[in-house]
Amino acid sequence: MIDFAALKRDRRAALAATAGLGVLLALAPFLIGAAAGATWLRILDFALLYIMLALGLNIVVGFAGLLDMGYIAFYGVGAYLYALLASPHFGLHWPVWAILPTGALVAGLFGVLLGAPTLRLRGDYLAIVTLGFGEIIRIFLNNLNAPINITNGPQGISGIDPIHFGSVSLAKPIDIFGFSLPSLHAYYYLFLLLALGIVFVTIRLENSRIGRAWVAIREDEIAAKACGINTRNIKLLAFAMGASFGGVAGGLFAGFQAFVSPESFSLMESVMVLCMVVLGGMGNIFGVILGGALLTILPEVFRHSAGPVQQAIFGKVLLDPEALRMLLFGLALIVVMLYRPAGLWPSTRRRQEFKGSAA
Amino acid sequence: MLEVTGLRVAYGGIQAVRGINFHVAEGEMVALIGANGAGKTSTLKALARLLDAAGGSVRFRGKEITNLVPHELVTQGIALVPEGRGVFPRMTIVENLQMGAYCRSDQAEIEADIERMFSYFPRLKERARQLAGTMSGGEQQMLAIGRALMSRPKMLLLDEPSMGLAPIMVQKIFEVIRIVASEGMTTLLVEQNAKLALETSQRGYVMESGEITLSGEASALLADPKVRAAYLGE
Repeated sequence: MIDFAALKRDRRAALAATAGLGVLLALAPFLIGAAAGATWLRILDFALLYIMLALGLNIVVGFAGLLDMGYIAFYGVGAYLYALLASPHFGLHWPVWAILPTGALVAGLFGVLLGAPTLRLRGDYLAIVTLGFGEIIRIFLNNLNAPINITNGPQGISGIDPIHFGSVSLAKPIDIFGFSLPSLHAYYYLFLLLALGIVFVTIRLENSRIGRAWVAIREDEIAAKACGINTRNIKLLAFAMGASFGGVAGGLFAGFQAFVSPESFSLMESVMVLCMVVLGGMGNIFGVILGGALLTILPEVFRHSAGPVQQAIFGKVLLDPEALRMLLFGLALIVVMLYRPAGLWPSTRRRQEFKGSAA
Repeated sequence: MLEVTGLRVAYGGIQAVRGINFHVAEGEMVALIGANGAGKTSTLKALARLLDAAGGSVRFRGKEITNLVPHELVTQGIALVPEGRGVFPRMTIVENLQMGAYCRSDQAEIEADIERMFSYFPRLKERARQLAGTMSGGEQQMLAIGRALMSRPKMLLLDEPSMGLAPIMVQKIFEVIRIVASEGMTTLLVEQNAKLALETSQRGYVMESGEITLSGEASALLADPKVRAAYLGE
């Protein structure tokens, strides 16, 4: 693992490491595109979307300690907002720079909507209510096609405008000084930029007064009140901030896919994002990024390798790769939780927590 | 400074506090004693706004505080040391103290106050970078008091500071409580250890099944045969 203490001491090493990481991130789509093809490039793009989601949920679960099982609803809100504002469905075609902030704002409002009635709840009780909230949103999306057709029901909304800036559309290869940048690469860079933005905001938040208040609420809510923290507003802020990141990711998802339907926002997706946060290391931004990347990429690796590996060993495919994939995935989760209960890359505080309970 | 009139607290249909009156004057240390379940902690929780009062009024420095939310009390100048310590276990000692100064922004003064807390409790200084949850109960109680003082309160509410602690720790903590009180801090002390509480305070109130049954100078209460029989085991 990277020695952060050494990096802090040595500014030159830190700079070199950052530059190396930057080059790697910049070249990643070309490397992966050349080595593994468009399928994997697409998966890489999705990994970035999930990292944004995981970072958003990390604010609620990791920082403020509020177990949210319906987080994907905010992704759905962001995605449907983009779909409604930029598709033939209503004939609206808002530009991206207007939709994404609106999506963040509306998703944030939904976050407050979920947070307000659940302020007194914690732990498993909060989990049940948020789970219900997530399902309510999905069922609304599924059924709001009558009496007025808003969401087009289970068929979803298709023909969504691709993300475009003026006349430059990310759905087609972009010409930059005679060099053609393929669509998936362009999306990668856009997602990377926004993901980095979210990382930056999250780091700033973590080390702010608000961040410390979140930790205090997580640790002991009564003591937090006794310190003069307005626990109500600070909790609502956690819900709103987390939700708004989800809203942005949702908008990007809609533009990227050009199609949204309610089934993309099922409970399983919420569970998946929660797994990313918990498995990666709750509360630690880098752990959460790692979790997001691994949990998007690993299931795909299983999906693509389960068939050929069986073919090689047994000469035929015994188990459906799709079923085997979830089995292996579940196994991987159990192994990680057994051997690294605080996550793959936990925050110092969380690591202490598990040490404390083990002692 | 603190004026409580007709305070009632109820849990569902059960009245835990049945309309009590008491006051704490500026610079005074007052003990609220009584047996388990007498309503002491309910009273304090209602004062700290962690519980809604069922009736009555609480005035602090002439201002009605009955309907404030808990965090507003800190800005009004009331600091609570919660029952059962209530420190932030996964924060260091220094971080805990800094949380106590959450509503302040005078960084230099905060630093100075942290040093002041260390002089009250040298034990905390030795462990400044240690996580609060790894300390003993007594040290956590010290920290909880230190953290409450970090908000520079005008009045301190102490909820059972001796609970579950070794006698030697109790002595140490009460020494500091006496020092803080002697520096002019108005203090309301809720305590089961009646003897210790009355020896530390100037005045006292005795609570019994939700009502105040006795009140007066602490020394008089200490000498009162009824108090001696009921709470001092004589």
